Amino acid sequence: MNATRSLSMIQAINEALDVALERDRMVTIFGQDVGYFGGVFRATEGLQKRHGSHRVFDAPISEAGIVAVAVGMGAFGKRPVVEIQFADYIYPAADQIISEAARMRYRTCGEWWSPITVRSPYGGGIYGGQTHSQSPEGIFTHVAGLKTVIPSNPHDAKGLLLAAIEDDDPVLFFEPKRLYHGPFDGHHERPVQSWSDHPDAEVPQGHYTTPLGKARIVREGDEVTVLAYGTMVHVALAAVQETGIDAEIIDLRTLIPLDLDTIRQSASKTGRCVVVHEATRTCGFGAELAALVQKHCFFDLEAPVERVTGWDTPYPHAFEWEYFPGPARVGQALRQIIEV
Amino acid sequence: MRALAFDLIRVLDENHRAVGEWNPHLTDETLVAGLRAMLLTRAYDSRMMRAQRQGKTSFYMKSTGEEAVAVAAAMALNSQDMCFPTYRQQGLLVARDWSLVEMMNQVYSNSHDRLKGRQMPVFYSSREAGFFSISGNLGTQFSQAVGWAMASASESDPRIAAAWIGEGATAEGDFHHALTFASVYQAPVILNVVNNQWAISSFSGIAGGERATFASRGIGHGIPSLRVDGNDFLAVHAVTDWAAKRARMGLGPTLIELFTYRAEGHSTSDDPTRYRPNTDTATWPLGDPIARLSDHLASRGCWSAAMHTELEREVKEVVDAAGRESESFGTLKEGSRLPASSIFEDVYKIMPPHLRDQLAESGL
Repeated sequence: MNATRSLSMIQAINEALDVALERDRMVTIFGQDVGYFGGVFRATEGLQKRHGSHRVFDAPISEAGIVAVAVGMGAFGKRPVVEIQFADYIYPAADQIISEAARMRYRTCGEWWSPITVRSPYGGGIYGGQTHSQSPEGIFTHVAGLKTVIPSNPHDAKGLLLAAIEDDDPVLFFEPKRLYHGPFDGHHERPVQSWSDHPDAEVPQGHYTTPLGKARIVREGDEVTVLAYGTMVHVALAAVQETGIDAEIIDLRTLIPLDLDTIRQSASKTGRCVVVHEATRTCGFGAELAALVQKHCFFDLEAPVERVTGWDTPYPHAFEWEYFPGPARVGQALRQIIEV
Repeated sequence: MRALAFDLIRVLDENHRAVGEWNPHLTDETLVAGLRAMLLTRAYDSRMMRAQRQGKTSFYMKSTGEEAVAVAAAMALNSQDMCFPTYRQQGLLVARDWSLVEMMNQVYSNSHDRLKGRQMPVFYSSREAGFFSISGNLGTQFSQAVGWAMASASESDPRIAAAWIGEGATAEGDFHHALTFASVYQAPVILNVVNNQWAISSFSGIAGGERATFASRGIGHGIPSLRVDGNDFLAVHAVTDWAAKRARMGLGPTLIELFTYRAEGHSTSDDPTRYRPNTDTATWPLGDPIARLSDHLASRGCWSAAMHTELEREVKEVVDAAGRESESFGTLKEGSRLPASSIFEDVYKIMPPHLRDQLAESGL
């Protein structure tokens, strides 16, 4: 095993990209501001200098163009990793992602495919208002042919990103931007925490992968299962600590493909399940999780599956903490579900 | 240079002679090969249209009148150059000697269809023929071609890319994204706008064609742009060759507007008599590209009406033989089919658990 150091999530992502560029000469990185400047969140800092402007370069402000060019490069044989600067900006590229990248292998019976990774910072908690805070993962998990990955810590961010890049199918890699510099648990009123000293910030040097489609049990427990990903893993941990409820917290890590076995075993064991995500509720990924748990664990369940999510409104700038499903709301759901 | 985006480059004159500075000086042999590929394309279209009317498939799209656009380009490009076509460049496959039987198998979605019945008729794909998978979402291939060309250039690969889009779809964002990226990165790509004057029922003015030529869209991007008579085989060959040489020399992209005419309906689902004069086809603006090339060959003294008739008979025979072979593998409604369980394959490289569950649930 390689030696580890404590890294922030943004450093871990930067390191994954560096390792990918080093190992595979077909890896090509581009997006708005990612070249000379190193990205608005610094994910690609230093990469152009180390690997050259043919492999790491700035793209025009054209998300659809960025993904289309990645699809074309992928058809040639490259392995493009593109950055969409905020997940809120991904919609112009939806046609290229949904109708093109996702279907390329299928519609050509494997003659061509799209081995592309679309990285994008997502989620709120940075006063980004409705255009810098959204969680659009549910739009893409609905699409056949795409994989959707969301890390919750630096260790997984590096391992999952390397696995995503090496995957021959198109992967959407949503990075919880509020976690870039610390494990945010939803207590916005408290001082900002850093990743240093956090056990999941111990990141091995060099190459390793965290396999897609494998969830992680973050905390074992018997009373209720909490299904979460990204920032909400830390919010759920805070809620459990504050309520004293013995919850089992599962970090899904990959939404598609989903680790249904781990979910099923846990929900059948505890008999209760709370699904937590920051995205809006209606038709969100939580709806899929709730349907799967009731289908597979129905006879073991003691209570209806509960969802704690962002409200079905745009993300409001000045009221983001009223919108954000913080530890108080998660804790309340936990208390209610164990009463049933 | 700028004037070429507003002009109309032609080689064939009123007397069917090749004249002017764009004359590609092609050999008789090359021109006869071009004529044959165009006639073969037309004969293929004719048979497949009838097959659709006979209920052997759901849908078909002819390229009547636009054969030179695809065939002359294919002959001017290298066989390894990568094409990102629309649904009306079947002439590329024909000119590259791709199997007619394979094309028909796709149109019939039969048991030998390489695309396993997943794509609508005419949405061909052939890596071997350098013919990228057709998309129904118009324009998406245009910017993908630029990405492919950028990748090729970065690998110092001699192959270039060529893309086609209809004049109607230039209104899509993808057209403009393609021009932006091609210009910024000086990609070795030929960006062809096929202006056949009709986007289903909308004339080219609905895409902005009344205010400026489609070729002139390239000027604002700093891309050399040419407007050419798309029914003049020699002119299409000449401009494609010029653009390909530029791309191969590292001089970047070229935009070519091919002015032509969609002589038939958009597809078998269309009835053009409802929106354009019935006399349109008879007057045929710019003339029939096949007749014009045949007349040109005659003017060179190497072609006759009898030879033309004989060539038409020969290509019809080739198409009919291919048709019989393909139909022996079934058609959309009759004959053997691929196992329906194949619908779960190739969604991902490795079938994930939820699809394995659905495959089991489907009972297929």
